[in-house]
Amino acid sequence: MAELNVVVDNPGQSGALQEQELIRRVQQGENEHFYELVRPYERRVFAAGMAILRNESDAEDVAQEAMLKALANIRQFRAEARFSTWLIQITVNEALMRRRRERTVVMEGIDDRRDEGSDYIPREFADWREIPSEALERKEVRQRLAEALASLDMKYRDVFVLRDMEQLNIQETAEALGISVASVKTRLLRARLMLRDLLAGGWEHGWFSRVPFEKGNKPW
Amino acid sequence: MVNREVMPCEHVWREISNYLEGDVDASVRALMDEHFKSCARCASVLEGTRNVVRLYGDERMMEVPAGFGRRLERRLAQTARVSSRWSTWSAWLVPLAALALLAGGLRLANSLALINPPLTRMAQPPHGIPPDMLVVVSSDAKVFHVAGCDFIHNKETVRTMTAKEAMHEGYIPCLRCMRKYLNTDVVGAANAASAGTEANVDSDDPEEESQGARR
Repeated sequence: MAELNVVVDNPGQSGALQEQELIRRVQQGENEHFYELVRPYERRVFAAGMAILRNESDAEDVAQEAMLKALANIRQFRAEARFSTWLIQITVNEALMRRRRERTVVMEGIDDRRDEGSDYIPREFADWREIPSEALERKEVRQRLAEALASLDMKYRDVFVLRDMEQLNIQETAEALGISVASVKTRLLRARLMLRDLLAGGWEHGWFSRVPFEKGNKPW
Repeated sequence: MVNREVMPCEHVWREISNYLEGDVDASVRALMDEHFKSCARCASVLEGTRNVVRLYGDERMMEVPAGFGRRLERRLAQTARVSSRWSTWSAWLVPLAALALLAGGLRLANSLALINPPLTRMAQPPHGIPPDMLVVVSSDAKVFHVAGCDFIHNKETVRTMTAKEAMHEGYIPCLRCMRKYLNTDVVGAANAASAGTEANVDSDDPEEESQGARR
């Protein structure tokens, strides 16, 4: 079996050099280059905010605040870290702080404690009908994927977004969320399997023909 | 421990995420590979999970609202303008230079004040004298008077002209008869600090005063 090809933040050498040069300039006070520096990551920053807050307006606000915070603290950035990871971690912190302030998802946390220790059993064993990447060109496909992700409990969604969408590694995800590496692995497994079940059948065969998981009535 | 001969499906599911991460021992990976070959259900779970990770990791899943980049750029530009103005050491040169100039100017003004103390009433320019006013001047003196002033020297040599002409020829007003035109605020303030000098000026001969002031 082929190993998973994780999409990582891996700009070409010239891109990396350009990024280092931009970082150096901004650190020396040439702030007008900052947008050029962060532009490649603006989608990821917004997505991190969106995944945690699930509100477009809040996500944009958090993304802007995170960028401003990154600019204000750019001299603290050290070259041994990935700039994108540093930026995403700032965004995650901002988004988590806002979510804690707003206390919108306390009930989800109570539900989550129930199944932390038990194994997850996949529901769907039919042949997996692969959803081709080209399908992402279609808005309804992206919408279906987003809905499936949004239906996950907060703790699974957070881990999945940071690891599989934002491409943080396991350790970075644990640090960003303030949880153990073991918890990240457990939650990531569950999130991936849950999403697989939600999307089983493929986009050509009527997504979500089954009743979506409802709170307190999940099969796991 | 994993039984090398038999790996149950439950164990495969438990490790499937680590398998995708490349985070399982070589022995476990080998057992799982064997399992996937013979178990269609677990192979389906593996492929589905791999597909999920690939799809969600695609940048196209990260849509941003219309105008997001423009709004972000504008907000950053506003902040960058403000902060960059003060963030570089060179930016501080302008206000520092201005402060230095101000301090230097004040010091210079103080030193000049010590060298050249405030001018006496005699040295002040006349203030508000009607230019067409008729005044008299005499030889041997550079002062102009109102006709009939007691302090006119060489009265037999007087000639009449307008105040404007007199000043144009270098004559200065008499401290006695032209006093009201010399009471400026500046002079008053200056002389308040040196009342003794004021008394001397008043008592001195205006002709001598005027000559002293010109010196």
